[in-house]
Amino acid sequence: MESLKEKMMHTTLLLLTERKVDVVLGFQRGTVPLMSQPILIRHPEGTDQLHWDSFCSTNLANFLPQRKERIAIFAKGCDSRNIVLQILENQIKREQLYIIGVPCQGMLDRRKVQAELNGRQLLGVRETSGHLHLVGEGFMDSLERSSYMQENCAICTHRNAVIYDELLAEPVSEQEGVDRYEDVKAIEAMTAKERWSYFEKLLAPCIRCYACRNSCPMCYCPVCFVDESMPQWLGKSIDPNDTKTFHFLRAYHLAGRCTDCGNCEQACPMSIKVRQLTKKLEKDIIELYDYEAGLSLDQRPPLDTYRPDDPQEFIG
Amino acid sequence: MVDRVIKKTELADFVDRLMEKHRVYAPVRQQDMTDFQEISTADQVDLSFANTTLSPKSIILPQSEVMFEFNLDRTSEQAGILHEIETDHFPRIIFGIRPCDAKAFHLLDLNFNTPSQRDPWWVRRRQITTLVGLGCNTPCPTCFCTSVGSGPFATEGLDLLLIDGDDELVIQVITEKGQGLLNDLGVEAEASGAKKEVVSALQESSLQSIKSVVPTEGLKQHEANALFNADFWEEVQFPCINCGVCTFVCPTCWCFDIQDEVLKGNGLRLRNWDSCMFTLFTLHGSGHNPRSQKLQRVRQRFMHKLKYFPDKYHKGVACVGCGRCVQQCPVNIDIRQVFLLMNDFKV
Repeated sequence: MESLKEKMMHTTLLLLTERKVDVVLGFQRGTVPLMSQPILIRHPEGTDQLHWDSFCSTNLANFLPQRKERIAIFAKGCDSRNIVLQILENQIKREQLYIIGVPCQGMLDRRKVQAELNGRQLLGVRETSGHLHLVGEGFMDSLERSSYMQENCAICTHRNAVIYDELLAEPVSEQEGVDRYEDVKAIEAMTAKERWSYFEKLLAPCIRCYACRNSCPMCYCPVCFVDESMPQWLGKSIDPNDTKTFHFLRAYHLAGRCTDCGNCEQACPMSIKVRQLTKKLEKDIIELYDYEAGLSLDQRPPLDTYRPDDPQEFIG
Repeated sequence: MVDRVIKKTELADFVDRLMEKHRVYAPVRQQDMTDFQEISTADQVDLSFANTTLSPKSIILPQSEVMFEFNLDRTSEQAGILHEIETDHFPRIIFGIRPCDAKAFHLLDLNFNTPSQRDPWWVRRRQITTLVGLGCNTPCPTCFCTSVGSGPFATEGLDLLLIDGDDELVIQVITEKGQGLLNDLGVEAEASGAKKEVVSALQESSLQSIKSVVPTEGLKQHEANALFNADFWEEVQFPCINCGVCTFVCPTCWCFDIQDEVLKGNGLRLRNWDSCMFTLFTLHGSGHNPRSQKLQRVRQRFMHKLKYFPDKYHKGVACVGCGRCVQQCPVNIDIRQVFLLMNDFKV
């Protein structure tokens, strides 16, 4: 990881010194262990702030829509697919971007690491290949990285950037034999009543903070349907039916657009597994349209385009 | 008022007896999170937490509350008349609340209970609620309560303060209300001198362990307009995604929105938590939005808590150092960094 960080600094310094871009989007070290903070660097002197580790999972594409400058952005596989979609959806122009592909072997889930602490206080972490070393108040621990990955990263099949101007390092091998829909199939197998109960329980802790929506690079509507008032689409209280409406409808708005970057689950303060909804729609889109979101600028998302041979069985 | 004591082994019974005449809200652990919930059995209580994910403010200011109902049927003489929904006023106890969160209720009182305006829902709930606190033997790395007028064993806002002294819980009596509760429960055993020394030592070690310190002296001195126009807001606001996490987990955030929900002529008027982070927060009926830009909203939150509030009320900042926003912000915006930027600001 250290070498990736150094490469980032080197590339950033070059790009800014040579004024190839106006700003560079990256990460700086978090103020607490297991976190990092997105940063916008404008001057070569700011390069030192850059950081990279297994807790840099925030999708930087979230900060792109409607920006006007020339932007360099560090993009993992998922991030790069969101960039493709944002270009297709006219939220940013390809010419504005200098995309630096960062090969990723999965980000770590800070909450899974925190659960290991059991009340012990963490002071910092260090990473070596395959291991996460915890240093705390009166203790040290070593965890095997692969057991603490974010849920979406564990089943990721697009670890390398699909679009880039420069690759920071050699591409990593993609995972094979991954069943992305094991959990979805389990829910599909439930009766309607069991499913309703499952979703009620899933969404019960929701406090309508909209962190899921706001952390999502594909949720960029100037006025979200939740905030419409003439007419009002749904209530703003924590009424369970309004809450379900918000989540179900947001998931549908992401059908064919979600790249499973996992930011929604990472952002949720109540640790709600909202990807259970988007993954079902991801599976549906693959089955109906043979389409995976954002893999190529040559493919439009199926729900924003019409082909005469589009499947129609679900239309009445 | 004399410090009392109960044995740890008597705690379950203590909680049981609290439940006889009160709704008891206590920290309950569900998987990896602990939050305040109304309990029905003593074994639900988990006091091994650092602090809860959400603050206990929803016990006095529910996130969503129906306040009135009304009917719009023009043929009825009740048309358009608001009828207040009866709220539950059964006495309540918030058990195991941390000193920071208790102080937060005092700060919220400055908004909801003033000589010129009183929020009856807030005031009634405050009156029927007794706060039984739990001192922090091991503060979190993100706690900075001592910088903002609180502390791991601070008593402001509490009626009783429980201190975990190993085999016994020392109960410091802070208010008459707290004393009354103990009298009702028949807790008479006094804390021994030795036990009080254990508590003193705990307080000392706990205070020593707070590493997170923020400066606040400069906040009063700087001119509000100068801070408002500072350059550092650009950098502070960049990563913000304008979700509502910080405002919703914060024990001192109080903003709310009143909405009517009407279906086929039957209406409910409700109050929901609102957030200055949301775009809609300052949207006018005309369509103009004075804080349409993210920078304006982010700046507003910190200026309110760290500058406007202390300037107006002279009771310190509207922050109790609980650290929840620091732990929960999805992009790691750290209010402690903003304290520093604002405090050390030079024109």
